[in-house]
Amino acid sequence: MVYARLILLRLFKAAIVLLMIIIFNFLLIQLAPGDPAAIMAGEAGAADEAFIAQLRERFGLDQPLYVQLWKYVSGILSLDFGYSYRQQMPVLDLILDRLPATLLLTGTAFVLSLVLGIVAGSMAAMRARKPSGSVIMALALLFYATPLFWVALMAVVLFSVYLDWLPAYGMFTVGANLQGLDLVLDIALHLILPATTLGLFFMAVYTRMTRTSMLEAAQQDYVKTARAKGLAPGVIQRRHILRNALLPIITLAGLQAGQMVGGAILTETVFAWPGIGRLMHEALVQRDYNLLLGVFFFSAAMVILFNIITDLIYRIADPRIKEASA
Amino acid sequence: MSDALLSINGLTVALPDGADREYAVEDLSYEVHPGEILCVVGESGSGKSMAANTVMGLLPRGVRPVAGEVWFCEHNLLELDERQHRALRGKDIGMIFQEPMTALNPLMRVGDQIAEVFEAHRALNNRAERQARALELLTEVGIPQPERAIRAYPFELSGGQRQRVMIAMALALEPQLLIADEPTTALDVTTQAQILELIRDLQHRRQMAVMFITHDFGVVAEIATRVCVMRHGKVVELGSRDEVLDNPRHPYTRDLLEAIPSDAAPPQRKALPPSPLLEVSHLNRVFRSRGGLFKPAREVRALQDVSFTLSRGETIGIVGESGSGKSTLGRCIVRLERPDSGEIILDGVPLSALSGDVLRLERHRVQMVFQDPYASLNPRTRVGMAIAQGPIANGTPRAQALAMADELLATVGLEGTADRFPHEFSGGQRQRIGIARALALKPELIVADEAVSALDVSIQAQMLELLEDLKQRFSLSLLFITHDLRVAAQICDRIIVMQKGRIVEQGYAQDVFVDPQQDYTRQLLDAIPGRRHDHHHEATAIT
Repeated sequence: MVYARLILLRLFKAAIVLLMIIIFNFLLIQLAPGDPAAIMAGEAGAADEAFIAQLRERFGLDQPLYVQLWKYVSGILSLDFGYSYRQQMPVLDLILDRLPATLLLTGTAFVLSLVLGIVAGSMAAMRARKPSGSVIMALALLFYATPLFWVALMAVVLFSVYLDWLPAYGMFTVGANLQGLDLVLDIALHLILPATTLGLFFMAVYTRMTRTSMLEAAQQDYVKTARAKGLAPGVIQRRHILRNALLPIITLAGLQAGQMVGGAILTETVFAWPGIGRLMHEALVQRDYNLLLGVFFFSAAMVILFNIITDLIYRIADPRIKEASA
Repeated sequence: MSDALLSINGLTVALPDGADREYAVEDLSYEVHPGEILCVVGESGSGKSMAANTVMGLLPRGVRPVAGEVWFCEHNLLELDERQHRALRGKDIGMIFQEPMTALNPLMRVGDQIAEVFEAHRALNNRAERQARALELLTEVGIPQPERAIRAYPFELSGGQRQRVMIAMALALEPQLLIADEPTTALDVTTQAQILELIRDLQHRRQMAVMFITHDFGVVAEIATRVCVMRHGKVVELGSRDEVLDNPRHPYTRDLLEAIPSDAAPPQRKALPPSPLLEVSHLNRVFRSRGGLFKPAREVRALQDVSFTLSRGETIGIVGESGSGKSTLGRCIVRLERPDSGEIILDGVPLSALSGDVLRLERHRVQMVFQDPYASLNPRTRVGMAIAQGPIANGTPRAQALAMADELLATVGLEGTADRFPHEFSGGQRQRIGIARALALKPELIVADEAVSALDVSIQAQMLELLEDLKQRFSLSLLFITHDLRVAAQICDRIIVMQKGRIVEQGYAQDVFVDPQQDYTRQLLDAIPGRRHDHHHEATAIT
């Protein structure tokens, strides 16, 4: 009941924010230099005035800005994100076509970094005064500080070129025409390098944060209470320290989850992963503004969606919050 | 003695290198017998909790016993390994702590936290049995609506209720020894009385031994069978309650007993000039929890029609339990809070009606000293600067303000310390800095919100003396907010008793003390620990 109300309220607010983002993005694109009609005409090889004017009329570019905006916004309300004149396809189709690949990549990276980060962080916290704990933290610092693209390139050099264990790019073996389980395996193999590369940074962040947060929680009075009960150290670590330490991790995980659509440009480009990130990159280079706006919209929607989900999870994880601001 | 349940012989516990002294406790010996309550009394830093933590095997990292023996039943606790010690914890020795607000895991239901004790010692086999036993325990410790409380999270319970949960948890497996480390210090006086009653009652019913650690001789008088007074890690005096309280042999014990704000009626101080400095009339303040689109707002009436007058040079004590609105009243008077309605008039200036720049010009006239000496100073600002900031903000040249800060520090007894940081001072010293900061703006009225509550009794006495002295020298008036009637009696000319946002009684300190008119005031007075003992002795003295 409380949740239903809350979700409703949050969705309502989200819709308003999303509308503002649409308008803002639209106006921002208008500020970009260059006339799309002129560029299109230029690429088509015929740049005479009449042709450009014809293009303008066809794409509605000759109308006043507010009319264009109104058309665009009302289009989105009926799930019409416009037409990509570069790719000769509706924007929505293009995006939906690429979305699964991106979600697979970013989702895997997300789960991987979250699980490994928390495990490594807990281990480092429990071994805070031992060399093994320091080793974990040193590795975390290394991944935290190293640029993503460099890690990606080095991983390709090592695992694909040198060791030849993993494919260097793409999502599946081209031309192999695999079916069923073989296809799944093939994709999984292709997924390892980009997902690891993408997840390393956040994994390092989670490791550091889990460790700090657990060491702090270990100082709390309720941990002393738990020890006074005669509980075994393992139970205290899991049930009392880790559970309380995970609260700040949720916030951070929500942040990472929000990046799932828009945050993989670099990785997708390096590994030639056929996802949204690459689509966006292409749209940018080709001044495919409708497509670009579409991708922006989906990225923004994802951020907002995961914000709401994070809030809900936080409420479940921390009973104190319900009371405070339900 | 051979019948001792716990026997500590020559225990010495070493502190880590670089601590302010070498040993936390030195050559400590005492015994706890079945069926008795031994109170271990001392001020902060006396090492009174260290022996308890040694018994529990819960010493902080780096702190370790280096000599002596601790015998509990057949075990020398110092020779147990962690696993053996763990088997005793919670089963044969239970412990409760000072801070009920933080001593329970905020994310676990109360019932589950009690059930964990059984789980740890494999006492009951299934969840249903554990929960059933937890419910029995909660009923036994007198929690209202135990069947609801068992499903509650700690934040849904009051401080007193949480302490009851802690007690239920500590007693779950019927330990032979209960260690209580300042279990009532953080509680209101009436709640404290209830919890003491509960501990005494349970101790009696189960005939267990209790080691009760406290800094409060009132509590000692209330509950102890025997008393052990500690100072600087050593036992100063050990004897039965009446011996120690009535015939203290050691000068330190005598000092401590004298430092307790006397419970006897305060001296009459009625001859005051009738010129009013502060007039508060019909003050109201309601806190509303922000209602959402779908959720009704909740209201807490923190102040309801509060009126009183403070004369120039007078000290008024505002006494009440937590939630009585006393702090809100203080915050309204210094205008950190804006009252919803009513008037606050300071020497003809309507403070309650001012805002913006006009208010800022008047602000210096009323200053506040806060409760927590640790949280109320910016840890990264040198104390001289912390004091000078107020005058600088009010236009005093920087050099002059800093010079004045030096003088003020000397005034409060901290000469030449202006360029130190707050962490270099003790709690009492920080509170002196807080007072210097308030004085820096040359106020006419100082509002002290629980300004001595966090301090040891001997320090408390010094602070009250200092306040009294400063009041004379700077011709100040004082609004003294406290939960402690004994402290109020010591320093105040008049006392206002508040409950649930209303003034229930106000009058001259002596009248309120000797002849309280309202039930609530009588309740508060009766709840002061140690009163019965004193009365008892007054009576015997007369016969």
